[in-house]
Amino acid sequence: MFYRPEKLKVYVKRVFEEMNNIGIGSFPIVAIISVFIGAVTTVQTAYQLVVSYIPMSVIGQIVSDSTILELSPTIMSLVLAGKVGSHVASEIGTMKVTEQIDALDVMGINASGYLVLPKIIAAMLMFPLLNIISMVLSIWGGITAGNLSGILTQAQFMEGARETFSGFVVFFSILKVFTFAFIITSISAYQGYFTKGGALEVGASSTRAVVFSCVMILVADYILAQLLLK
Amino acid sequence: MIELIKVNKSFGEVHVLHDISAIFMPGKSNLVIGASGGGKSVLMKCMVGLEKPETGNLFYDNRDFLALDYAQLREVRRELGMLFQGTALFDSLTVEQNIEFPLKMFTDFTKREIRERVDFCLQKVNLVGVNNKYPAEISGGMKKRVGIARAIALDIKYLFCDEPNSGLDPITSRVIDKLLKDITEEFQITTIINSHDMKTVFDIADKIVFMNKGKIWWEGDRHNLLASSKEIPELGDFIKASFFV
Repeated sequence: MFYRPEKLKVYVKRVFEEMNNIGIGSFPIVAIISVFIGAVTTVQTAYQLVVSYIPMSVIGQIVSDSTILELSPTIMSLVLAGKVGSHVASEIGTMKVTEQIDALDVMGINASGYLVLPKIIAAMLMFPLLNIISMVLSIWGGITAGNLSGILTQAQFMEGARETFSGFVVFFSILKVFTFAFIITSISAYQGYFTKGGALEVGASSTRAVVFSCVMILVADYILAQLLLK
Repeated sequence: MIELIKVNKSFGEVHVLHDISAIFMPGKSNLVIGASGGGKSVLMKCMVGLEKPETGNLFYDNRDFLALDYAQLREVRRELGMLFQGTALFDSLTVEQNIEFPLKMFTDFTKREIRERVDFCLQKVNLVGVNNKYPAEISGGMKKRVGIARAIALDIKYLFCDEPNSGLDPITSRVIDKLLKDITEEFQITTIINSHDMKTVFDIADKIVFMNKGKIWWEGDRHNLLASSKEIPELGDFIKASFFV
């Protein structure tokens, strides 16, 4: 995969195409899940805070910390494992079973480099951006849900969110999605690239890609937390 | 010229190619014929580098294909064109983009030069007005012609065709045959065609290699094919089974 590209210009163009497919194409689903993650977390945290002497701003603190640290990167990545992972595996798998990858090989093109590397680079560039958007939208969802349900005001929410905010948490969150992006695209591309058979096997590869990606995301999530949150 | 010397290939316990030795000359249509499962496609895959033989040698104009490093292999492969049985056109690209693809990857042509080359290739395969159609929108015969156009987009020296007539009606099959013959002679390329269409064999074959059970049983030209079929029962059975004869 890491052989010198035949023509760098073509590869750069491929990376931008994949950034559009993976990043821009995933924005709507990321936006929807993020808003609801923030909203639901706010409502559920308020439900669990039954002691009256705890200030309501704590809800803002809990919601922002948990969404930035865990919910946005991990849930977004699990959802994208389904969307992006299945797309990558089925696209490459279909190319494999219809001999399109053989055609690339016969032409003297490094097929894995041409097909897989741009997807991995694009995902590793776009997932952190999507994660930042997801964090912002989650917090906005939390504020909106708090306002609409009368649980807490925007000022209370922001007061709590600012109280324990740490730049490292954002860095850690971005590092997580950076890792998850690599996991999703590399596992899915591998599953697609080694597909043998026909349409049924492409479907099976796609399913395996999603399942393995999800499991590896959770494993990597735990390892990163162990290593960096001390 | 392509030269094969004692090529062997196995898949696990199954020995698919047994000591295959043959020479294919430039400017000639070389047909590899034989029943399905006889090893024709595996031999072709070995020749283009999609499979690696266990033993033997394969020379492209005296370059030992099996001993080349990755960079050298890529250089030789740029001289190869292949028409796959299922055409293997890139289904997310239009006809024009399919033919442009090798040009964009391997040449420094300007946009205008690329367009001229694409038009030239499409004219060679008698296809006009389909530039912006996707492979799914054109017929099987058209796909084969686009596959040939893509294969000759670069100045190739060797053209491989795996069952070029499979799935085509007899009239379109003859069009494809003539096209392959014309291209071979015009560009003086070494063309190797896997086929079990006897009409193709009698129409365009300059050299014929008959394969059966992973071995070469007979080599010759179309003029002595029928005579030889009386001496080699397997060849005779294969020819007799053809409706055409």
